[in-house]
Amino acid sequence: MIAFISGNDALLMAVIFGSIFGALLHFGGVTRYNTIVRQFLFQDFTVLKIMFTAIVVGGAAIAILQPMGLVNLHVKPALMPGVIYGALIFGVGMVLYGYCPGTAVAATASGSLHAAFGFLGMIAGGIAYALSYPWITEKLFTWGKLGKISLPEISGVPAPAWVLLLAVVAGVVYWLIETKGPRTTEHEPCGTCCQKEGDH
Amino acid sequence: MNINCSCLKRAQPYLIGAAIGLLGVVTLLVADKPLGMSTAIAQTSGACAMPILGQETVAANAYWSKKAVPRWDYSTLFLLGSGLGALAAALLSRSFHWETVPSVWRERFGSSVPLRMAAAFAGGFLILFGARMADGCTSGHGIAGTMQLAVSSWTFFLVMFVSGVATAMLMFKTKK
Repeated sequence: MIAFISGNDALLMAVIFGSIFGALLHFGGVTRYNTIVRQFLFQDFTVLKIMFTAIVVGGAAIAILQPMGLVNLHVKPALMPGVIYGALIFGVGMVLYGYCPGTAVAATASGSLHAAFGFLGMIAGGIAYALSYPWITEKLFTWGKLGKISLPEISGVPAPAWVLLLAVVAGVVYWLIETKGPRTTEHEPCGTCCQKEGDH
Repeated sequence: MNINCSCLKRAQPYLIGAAIGLLGVVTLLVADKPLGMSTAIAQTSGACAMPILGQETVAANAYWSKKAVPRWDYSTLFLLGSGLGALAAALLSRSFHWETVPSVWRERFGSSVPLRMAAAFAGGFLILFGARMADGCTSGHGIAGTMQLAVSSWTFFLVMFVSGVATAMLMFKTKK
């Protein structure tokens, strides 16, 4: 295992890393129900911009650091029934709730009472999953066990090429959003402002 | 006070996204831990289940004893930190505000608080159940897994998005 810190130091870093994550989610405006639901209605693209930029930037850094042996990959197993059924359920829940687990925690902390109530729902969902886990693994997880595979492994296309492809796709999508997309109205108040007038 | 912030506002989601991407790599580099949130909530659910179901039942459960052990560890402390960081950010930027029924919901379903709370509870139930079934959520799969180009994570991301769009269209776009 390669990690610069472990044990109690890692636990302290967990709180610090978590704090940065929570603060970034809040400053990104995704502690707001409206921002998240409007993404699924294609009225606000904040969520897509944040996630896709994170994926491209993080993917590029990993593509550089991993061959140098500086990071371990933690690829989750492609257990297809779990991933597909889970994602279908998750998508319905995310629109009903207006949050995903990370943004729900951050939204609860920034005053969203319905996010807090939904947190209780998440606890109930966790209990229900743990109790039904033996049945689910036995009855549903019977096919599609592809293991911890990555796109470079199944395609033969190396990771840097995938990241480049994602960057190009992101660039085109962002260009379309910025030129033809909806004008978003809701934003976090920003502390520092640009002097010069932006377009529009 | 109406200062023009348009250029910073337009850049903000990209800058925040880049920062989250870098954070996801720094946690791998420094602590060998990918970003994630739903495991910690499943661990918390185990702790909450103890007084209801009894400590023995929780300890004997295959999921809580192997996959999501209720205890303070990296994952649960990261969850705690996320709450603290968001609280600090909200207070410092003076954007902390109590919200019960958000405007997009109110315009469609009215201002009933119990209705909104019931939907939030049901939605919360579904996302955690779905996330644990898929072994990750929008953090663990959607950001950390996709940047590692995992097949599981890209499948989750795409299926989740299609499911969410279909749900949103049914809920918000059909005629009343």
